[in-house]
Amino acid sequence: MTSGTTWGDKEFEVFIGRLLRFGVILAAAWVLAGGIHYLVQYRGAKPDYRAFRGEPADLRYTHEIVHEALQLNARALIQFGLLLLIATPIARVAFSVIGFALEKDWMYVGITLAVLTLLIYTFISS
Amino acid sequence: MTTFEFTILVAIGSLVAGLLGALTGLGGGVVIVPLLTLAFGVDIRYAIGASLVSVIATSSGAAAAYLKEGYSNIRVGMFLEVATTIGAVTGAYLAVSTPTKAIAIIFGVVLLYSAYSANKAPKDSPTEDPPDRWAILLKLDGKYPTAQGEKSYHVRNVPPGFGLMYLAGVLSGLLGIGSGAVKVLAMDQAMRIPFKVSTTTSNFMIGVTAAASAGIYLHRGYIDPGIAMPVMLGVLAGALIGARILPGAKVRTLRLVFSIVIAALAAEMILKGVKGTF
Repeated sequence: MTSGTTWGDKEFEVFIGRLLRFGVILAAAWVLAGGIHYLVQYRGAKPDYRAFRGEPADLRYTHEIVHEALQLNARALIQFGLLLLIATPIARVAFSVIGFALEKDWMYVGITLAVLTLLIYTFISS
Repeated sequence: MTTFEFTILVAIGSLVAGLLGALTGLGGGVVIVPLLTLAFGVDIRYAIGASLVSVIATSSGAAAAYLKEGYSNIRVGMFLEVATTIGAVTGAYLAVSTPTKAIAIIFGVVLLYSAYSANKAPKDSPTEDPPDRWAILLKLDGKYPTAQGEKSYHVRNVPPGFGLMYLAGVLSGLLGIGSGAVKVLAMDQAMRIPFKVSTTTSNFMIGVTAAASAGIYLHRGYIDPGIAMPVMLGVLAGALIGARILPGAKVRTLRLVFSIVIAALAAEMILKGVKGTF
């Protein structure tokens, strides 16, 4: 019982690694594109980040961000790229559920599902 | 300062932070918050939001290389993530109700500890104790590749390690950092996991931990696209360059210098926090 604690299917891990890298590259490209759009629009403005005001509602909730990004709102486009980035580790946990299920390790399917549930809960709550 | 100037300067600063963080093993996230607050006068809540995003970028970006090497122990990582994610959620909620000057002081103390721990020589300390029953129950013991072939190891002190991981999660959620130093403390010192395994497993956990508080930060309006954009792109570029030149780099002196810089930043954050000017 003390052996075999790495996944038997190492190719699956390499696949997950590639997937994560793809997610990060996609998110970075998206943020960069949104960032260029943002700079063209706001380059001369004087930002003031000294006082905390919090973001407006349309940059705080997933469905609002998607809605605004579809209107090509520069700040929402960046925010959508950041959502893609935040999704990469969550996707990794989701794929780990599959990995453990393929191994028929139900205890770890349960542990991983618990982590995944908490991650998703933080997005739909508050 | 115009938006254009702010964006370019923050991007350059973040690139240097990501580069030094990757080369020294301290991570880029630790200096983002002091950089934004002390040098650019950004409110610490926006700084923490941007830093957290960059932590996810470096963790996921590095995962591909780490997974190929076969060091990380996915069961140890996933089991301890139960502790770090619950901790991260706790920390993110605490961040909302904690005064910013208190956050600045806690941040400074954690920075000082990170600088100190990065300069301790890593040493594996195998023991001959009987195996931990939690480790057996949870199938945590593992093997890793060495020059002499596969080597197996036992995982010890699971309950204290789990507790320390909860603390690492709280700090990550409260301060927007990866808390790599506390994670390594838990895995190396408490659980006696071999150094290479704990470092790579910790990298895998950092992104998931950060994702647990990112949703809460987003809903609370801590993540500003104008700040997070140059920070994320800069740190990511710096970390990728750092990973390229790392094999040939002489990092001991660099790590010492970077640690002194971090200690100075930590002192300034603590001072400002105590004086109430944060």
